[in-house]
Amino acid sequence: MMTKSWGRALVAMLAMMLAPVSALAAAGIAVDGQIGFQDAVTPVAEYIHWFHNILLVIITVIVVFVLGLLLYVMWRFNAKANPVPSKTTHHALLEVAWTVIPIIILVVIAIPSLRLLYLQRDIPVADMTIKAIGNPGWNWTYQYPDLGIENDEPKVSFIQNLLPEDQAKAKNVPYLLAADVPMVVPVNKTVKMIITSDPAGIIHAWTIPSFGMKIDAVPGRLNEDWFKATREGVYYGQCSELCGKNHAFMPIEVWVVDDAKFKAWSDFVLTGPDDAALQDFLKTIMPAQPMMASN
Amino acid sequence: MATAHAAHDDHHHGEPTGWRRYVYSTNHKDIGTMYLWFSIMAGVIGGFLSVMMRMELQEPGIQIFHGLAQMVYGVSPENAVDNGKHMFNAFVSAHGLIMVFFMIMPAVIGGFGNWFVPLMIGAPDMAFPRMNNISFWLLIPAFGLLLISMFVGGPAGMHGAGTGWTVYAPLSTTGHPGPAVDFAILSLHIAGASSILGAINFITTIFNMRAPGMTLHKMPLFVWSVLVTVFLLLLSLPVLAGAITMLLTDRNFGTSFFEASQGGDPILFQHLFWFFGHPEVYILVLPGFGIISHIVSTFSKKPVFGYLGMAYAMVAIGVVGFIVWAHHMYTVGMDADTQAYFVAATMIIAVPTGVKIFSWIATMWGGSIEFRAPMVWAIGFIFLFTVGGVTGVVLANAGIDRSLHDTYYVVAHFHYTMSLGATFAIFAGWYYWFPKIFGYMYSETIAKLHFWVTFIGVNLVFFPQHFLGLAGMPRRYIDYPEVYAQWNYVSSIGSYISAFGVLIFLFGVISAFSKKVKAADNPWGEGATTLEWTLSSPPPFHQFSTLPVIK
Repeated sequence: MMTKSWGRALVAMLAMMLAPVSALAAAGIAVDGQIGFQDAVTPVAEYIHWFHNILLVIITVIVVFVLGLLLYVMWRFNAKANPVPSKTTHHALLEVAWTVIPIIILVVIAIPSLRLLYLQRDIPVADMTIKAIGNPGWNWTYQYPDLGIENDEPKVSFIQNLLPEDQAKAKNVPYLLAADVPMVVPVNKTVKMIITSDPAGIIHAWTIPSFGMKIDAVPGRLNEDWFKATREGVYYGQCSELCGKNHAFMPIEVWVVDDAKFKAWSDFVLTGPDDAALQDFLKTIMPAQPMMASN
Repeated sequence: MATAHAAHDDHHHGEPTGWRRYVYSTNHKDIGTMYLWFSIMAGVIGGFLSVMMRMELQEPGIQIFHGLAQMVYGVSPENAVDNGKHMFNAFVSAHGLIMVFFMIMPAVIGGFGNWFVPLMIGAPDMAFPRMNNISFWLLIPAFGLLLISMFVGGPAGMHGAGTGWTVYAPLSTTGHPGPAVDFAILSLHIAGASSILGAINFITTIFNMRAPGMTLHKMPLFVWSVLVTVFLLLLSLPVLAGAITMLLTDRNFGTSFFEASQGGDPILFQHLFWFFGHPEVYILVLPGFGIISHIVSTFSKKPVFGYLGMAYAMVAIGVVGFIVWAHHMYTVGMDADTQAYFVAATMIIAVPTGVKIFSWIATMWGGSIEFRAPMVWAIGFIFLFTVGGVTGVVLANAGIDRSLHDTYYVVAHFHYTMSLGATFAIFAGWYYWFPKIFGYMYSETIAKLHFWVTFIGVNLVFFPQHFLGLAGMPRRYIDYPEVYAQWNYVSSIGSYISAFGVLIFLFGVISAFSKKVKAADNPWGEGATTLEWTLSSPPPFHQFSTLPVIK
């Protein structure tokens, strides 16, 4: 139907259209005016981007094809150009073609789709486990069972709140994305997340767009998911299941740091520091703020 | 398709007049007309809510809802921001419920369905005319209850149900102790009863009252589309009724179907809701498919291409529509195999949908196309529904939905199928049948102006929302980080343009009724072949006293 060179030209054209997308994107945060995903920093997110770029080409070709057909029939078969209508109402080959070709396209889509799905949902052996709990007060509790258990409670357990607007401005961090304390994880380690919600609470959803992961926090259920962040940095997410008046005010902030800094952080939080001391300490391990990828 | 001798039947046997004609009406055309006016009224209210939301979202920060909360609910200034945040959620919920249950459904099923199913199959009226009356009049208390729910207590100290149209537990149970959610549930019960009664009526009418010679395979596609739609209604609405009754007893009578702390499961509600909710979205758009087929055929002056394929594509969409519901729930933690099944099942729907799109284009191919207003709206529908359809294929993939679920990408997707799909089909049908229903011609200029303003407006609203969703902006947010400011601004401007389009529409209606340009019995010429065009415009109070015979 389409010659190879035409196909290649089309892909090149679409690639050109997509080029600004990759330029205007950062990891961990959106850039105003961007039209694509935030940068990927996990294998899953990279797969999502790769797969979405293919799908974008396919769906763009389909839409352009349909639009082209519509414009053509409007031009060629309008009442002036074609005063006498035909009476054709059947064309067996055509009807078989527009049933079978979409099926083939869908099968082609299904292969990478299912691979991606099983990559996401077959949870690999984890280097560490973190439990996140969505609370009725529109904040998150994080627990690090790997750092020790005392009286059946994890020694490291803290709550992550929205950083109020004035404090966010003072610290020069993005309001509604920045939290008062980050969840901290080491780089290049497989982290298993156990996600739930307070039994008396409602459903929330935990996500970091750059990790390509999103999972609901449901009362009475322990959901699991995983990520392996390959780049140090600050990554933001926001609650992604309608949870009441402060749904938009329930940010998620994750710091991905090197092993030494993670060790320093876990040693420090195990001492049970007060807020001021913790904030002072965090300044020493804070990764660079999200930056434009093209810079 | 068929010829018939119109039975102009002028003997008057006590036709009711005044308010009795409408309140006591058992006439399918009068009831259809009331449905259409009701739908316009509800659409204006639902549209007003959406413009308020877009005004709020025009810029980062909370712009108007803290003020609205003080104005409407009289809350004190120190509680204004919290109340405003909740009020926004209540607007989101009411907008969705109104547009689904009180705008699109009354327009396509109650309005056009009531008017044209009997006319197209050559029947004198619906099978159960009195049940038809109660179907319509149940909608009024249902809508009233939904409006009341916006003004009574929701969460402590706040008003309205801020649950989304999905009313997920436990946000709708423990999250809303006040009566607002009860009012919304009862509203849905009554609207559901109205629709189930309507569905029974349509099924009986279509199966038993077709004119002699009109076999199922000669039935006009709009009738086919309504037949499939009402089967979906009949099978899915009882599930919703059950789910929200369980919600009601969880809230008021101490049951714990969805209460995790007492052994219930919130996810059960989502399964029940979407077992209804997914067929529901096809309920909204299938009658539109039927309308578009007639318009494309009429103005191309050609019979519909691949008639049987078109009819059975709708049947296929209806059947498959029942087995894909959990694609709305990819992030709830279902295991991989279950998700894989729902991915595969969902993608199958693209095939019959593709058959419909290509068959419409093939109907136009070789035709002699006249670009009258209904045709312009129909072509707009075909293109925009294609855009909404392909983003549906993207979202069908659980792996990608992981990134896009509950973001603005989803909002963009379903508005392209509903607000730019179903609604464009409604406007197409409105201009197509306006001369038949009211006996007056509309103004071609105003109708086309209405199209272009709406086309530009809605695309400006919803196309940038794809970008926002890809960039990670979650939906149902009253406030957003500054990094999403630019496209939100564009989207809001689009919303104002679309609202202006609604004003043009209303102006067009008023202008048509004041100019009273008499419409011909068949204003569209040789292409319009269904039975309604064999009658006068407007048709007589009772038609087909002598049944037409289909060759």
